[in-house]
This record gives sequence, C-alpha cells and structure tokens, in this order.
Amino acid sequence: MSPLTVLRTALLSLGANKLRSSLTLLGIVIGVAAVISLMSIGRGVQRTITASIQALGTNLLFVRPGAASQGGVFGGLGSASTLTLDDAYALVDTVYVPSVSAVAPELRATGQVVAGGKNTRTQIIGVTPEYQFVRNVPVASGQFITWGHIENTSQVVVLGSRVSSTLFGFRDPVGQSVRINGRLFTIIGVLKSMGGGAQGLFDDQVLVPITTTYYRLASQRTSQGGVTVQTVNVQVRSADDMDNAVQEIATALRLRHRITGDDDFNVSSQEETIETLEKTTNTLVVFLGAIASISLLVGGIGIMNIMLVSVTERTREIGIRKAMGAKRRDILLQFISEATLLSLGGGGAGVLLGLVLSRLMNGRSLGGQTFQTAFSSDIAVLALVVSAVIGLFFGIYPAFRAARLHPIEALRYE
Amino acid sequence: MGKVEVPALQGVSRIIKEGEMLAIMGPSGSGKSTLMNIIGCLDVPTSGRYSLAGEEVGRLGDDRLAEIRNRKIGFVFQTYNLLHRLTALGNVELPLLYGNGHNGRRRALEALERVGLGHRAHHRPAELSGGEQQRVGIARALVKNPSILLADEPTGNLDSRSSYEIIAILQRLNQKEGLTVIIVTHEADIDEQVREPRQATSVGAAKEQGR
Repeated sequence: MSPLTVLRTALLSLGANKLRSSLTLLGIVIGVAAVISLMSIGRGVQRTITASIQALGTNLLFVRPGAASQGGVFGGLGSASTLTLDDAYALVDTVYVPSVSAVAPELRATGQVVAGGKNTRTQIIGVTPEYQFVRNVPVASGQFITWGHIENTSQVVVLGSRVSSTLFGFRDPVGQSVRINGRLFTIIGVLKSMGGGAQGLFDDQVLVPITTTYYRLASQRTSQGGVTVQTVNVQVRSADDMDNAVQEIATALRLRHRITGDDDFNVSSQEETIETLEKTTNTLVVFLGAIASISLLVGGIGIMNIMLVSVTERTREIGIRKAMGAKRRDILLQFISEATLLSLGGGGAGVLLGLVLSRLMNGRSLGGQTFQTAFSSDIAVLALVVSAVIGLFFGIYPAFRAARLHPIEALRYE
Repeated sequence: MGKVEVPALQGVSRIIKEGEMLAIMGPSGSGKSTLMNIIGCLDVPTSGRYSLAGEEVGRLGDDRLAEIRNRKIGFVFQTYNLLHRLTALGNVELPLLYGNGHNGRRRALEALERVGLGHRAHHRPAELSGGEQQRVGIARALVKNPSILLADEPTGNLDSRSSYEIIAILQRLNQKEGLTVIIVTHEADIDEQVREPRQATSVGAAKEQGR
C-alpha cells in the first residue's frame, strides 16, 4: 500500500467515529499541552532566576570560609578557621591583588526588629560602606553606613523597604529608633525597593555596621581576635580579570593564613552560582515535565483502549481486507497509522494549546511575583516526537492483534 | 471449540478446468465452506493436496496466500461483505490497494460497468438494494481479473428475481469472458440454472461425500 493510501484509509476510519476519535485525541491534547505549559513555566522560572542574578553584576566574586570540598568551617588545626575583616581588606592591594577594585565583607545574623507595637524577624547584615556600590543597594531616604559608624560600633541601622513599611507604614522612619534583639538602634536610612529577583531580598533585610553585628548581635567570635566575616564580596576591575582575580585572591589568602595544604576558604563567581542554579532549576523543569507526562501516558492508554475496541468492532472488515489480499503487514500498518495519526494530531493540537496557555500565563501576577513563561521550540519538537512514539507504542499491540486474526474466523465474526 | 479433529472433505478429488462453471452442493455441515476456504486460499488442508494453476497451495505461507487471493481469486459472499464507510467505487477499489494497482479508479469503474452499476459508483452500500450490493461484490471480485471467481451462497440473501440476475451475470462472465466460476449453494434450482446452458460440456456439480 502506498503511504498516501495508508493515510487516506486511516483518516477515513477515524472520520467514521468522529466523537470517539476526538475524545481520544483530547487525551493526548491535554497531555501535550500540560507538558508544554508546565515546561515553559519551568523555563520561565529558570530564566527569571538567571536574569536576576545577572542583574547583580557579573564581575563579582565571593570569598567564603571553609574549603570547597568540605562544608564545615573547621579547617586544619592551627590555621585560621574563619575569614576576618583584616583578610577582607588585605584583598584591596594594588601589588598583590591588582585585579580587585573593591571589597565588601558581610556578616549575617538573624534578629527580631521591634518598633512600637510591631515587630518582624529578619536577616541582619553587617556591612561596610563599600557594600552600597559593590552590591548596588541604593538608599531611598537618609544615608548609608559610614566608616565612622564602623569604628564606633554605632548602633545604627538601614532598613530594607518592606521592613520599613511593615514597622512604620508609609511614614519615613529615618531618625526613629528600633530595638534589634533588645538593643536600641537609630534608623539612619531606608533602602530603595528592589522588587522581585535576587536583589529583592534586600527589601526584607536590615543593614548595620559590620562591627556592630560582630560585637553586639552575633554569638560566635573568632579565637584570634578581629572581626569575623561570612562572605567577602569582591568587585573585580573588569570581567576579563575574573580568572586573574581568583588566582590573586587565593595566593594572598594562602600567604596570610600560612596555608600549605588544603585551603580554608573558597572563591566562587557569579557564573558558578548561575550554573549551579541552572542545574537545580533544570531538575525543576524536568520534574514538571515528568508530572505532565503522566497525563500524556494516560492519553496513550486511551489510544490503546480505543484501538482495541476498534479492532474488535472491525474484525469483519479485517477479514474482508484479508480475503481481498491484505497481508499481515498491511493490516498492521493500517492500525498503527490510525493510532499514530491520533497521537500526532493530538500532539500538534496540544503544542498549539500549550503555546496559547503559556502565552496567556506570561506576565500574569502570581503571589506578588510576575509570572514568566518561556516557550521554546525544542520543547514543542520533543512533545511531538514523544506523542508520536506514544501512538506507536500503544498502537502496536492492538494492530498486532488485528494482523494476527485468521481471515476465516474474522469473516465469520458477527 | 474443542481440540477434537473432525475429518472433512475426505476422499474429495476434483480437477476444475479453466473456463469451467460449476456448483458445489450439499447439506449444511457437509464441508462446503471448508472446501470453499481451501479453494479460495483462505485456509490450507491439514492433509491432502490442492494445487492452483500448477502451484501447490498447501505449503505456502500467509503472505504468499494473501498474494494469491489478491491476484487469482475473486470472492463473492452471501452477506456481500462490503465496507459501509466506503462508496461502491471505494469497495471495488479495495483489492487494488493490496498489490501494485495502477489506474485504480478507472479499473474499479470499469468493473462496476461490467455488472451494470456504473451509475451507482458513488453510492454507499446502505443506499443500494440487496441485488445491487451483490453486484458491487461481483465487481470487487472482478477488478483484479482473477483466475477464479468464487461465490459462496451468492443468492442466499436475495429474492428470486435478484437471484436470477446475479446468476445471469455470473453465467455471462463465464460464457463471454471465459472466467472460471465456482458457486457454493444449497439451492437446487441454481444448480439447475448453472447446469442448463452448458449441459453438454464440462459443467457439473461436485457432490461431496464429506465426513
């Protein structure tokens, strides 16, 4: 049989039972549309996350205590187990670390911020003045932390925008006081609202001088004296100097810590963070796709079911065709083509529906976050291929049963 | 269906010549259908031989049998066995789909004209009378120019007038075109009808001694 004849015969058979065929088709349509839209949502999330991290600036490095290979901060015996403020500022050295333009160490603590009758639990980040431009956190009103505050261990605080609105509503809180873990702090500034994305985290945090965090709020101190830091944000002169900067920072810190064996710190870049996150979010995308695939599977079972019914109903037709000289292969082909046509047709319609759905969802607000979807043609192609394979897979058994029928018995079937 | 072996067609031996027209008669259960299935290459004998145009059919595989059915045998059934979704023309085209058929549409139309149904080509079986449906069945059997036309109780579902027409068509095909026609029937008058015009020649009924 020529391919055209096969196609025409299949279409004719499916057309004979329009309602049944379209319901079966619907199963696949829903499955494919679910796969497409859920995967576009996943991709959208992935893109949002990546974009928000890229917004932080790409020429940023992070130095953290602890070896890259181990999680704990306890390095080798006798070596410094943590990074200190002095380590951080040792990285601003035109001789040893010429690629670095600025550093902004930070030390985090959590605490209860209380103002009047209201309170909120937030992250308290101990920072230095450089933090403002290294991490790009503009102040909406008031001022940022100064070196004077650092030296005096001043109890001053810059509030994130949402912390400010939680505690003070729309009033400007600059000049007022709050209690953080029971200590009285004067508010010197409020950060600009950053909206969604990674930068938006600052909305829910408060900034204090790093020395204040260390002496007044944090619980652990280093054995060697000096202020401990958790992360040193390092601004590199240009994106081209990233590799050099990593080398220079490592050399400088190894010298300072007198390290001969394993490092007690690690340097990571924005790119690495993005890569790690992409890996994680890829899992999310695949997971979403897998969940949606279940409905595709159910659709496939629907095809098999309907094909089995169809084979039984058309036993006589199969007998007639066989008497007219149809070989096993011809009958097999006829039923497989019907199943594949169902699943491919459903797949095509599903791709369109999925495309429409993901377009509709794009830009919608969901729980305060703007929803972004990313439809991509590779997902569409994948979904089409998968649906064709499903048609083949679930069509093959019924078709085989049809092909195997004995012509005489099939002709006698009522 | 038990596994008990029922011997059928024991001791039946017959040579059917090209251009012959004969009726196979016998009461139901006598093995007419079994013989029919074997002649039509739908089934192969468990033992014994059946050769068609010099070819031993009993040893052939399914696909080869399908090929022979397609090229050498034309079936006409008691219940017509037309596909209801297809038009008369579509039904006649059916055997042409399986095999290398060129000009399918034209050949199918010609076959319909040979049974006098050219004007009904685009009607579906449901829109045709029983006699007309059976003529579509005959056209379908003719379309590949088979060596044998095999009719299984072709008039079993028809009134006497249509029956007469159908038999007349079969006779005409046999006499004018030299087609070998084998009819299975239990109606004695068809036997008479078949016997009558070519009494003196080779036409005869193979009375079976089945069982």
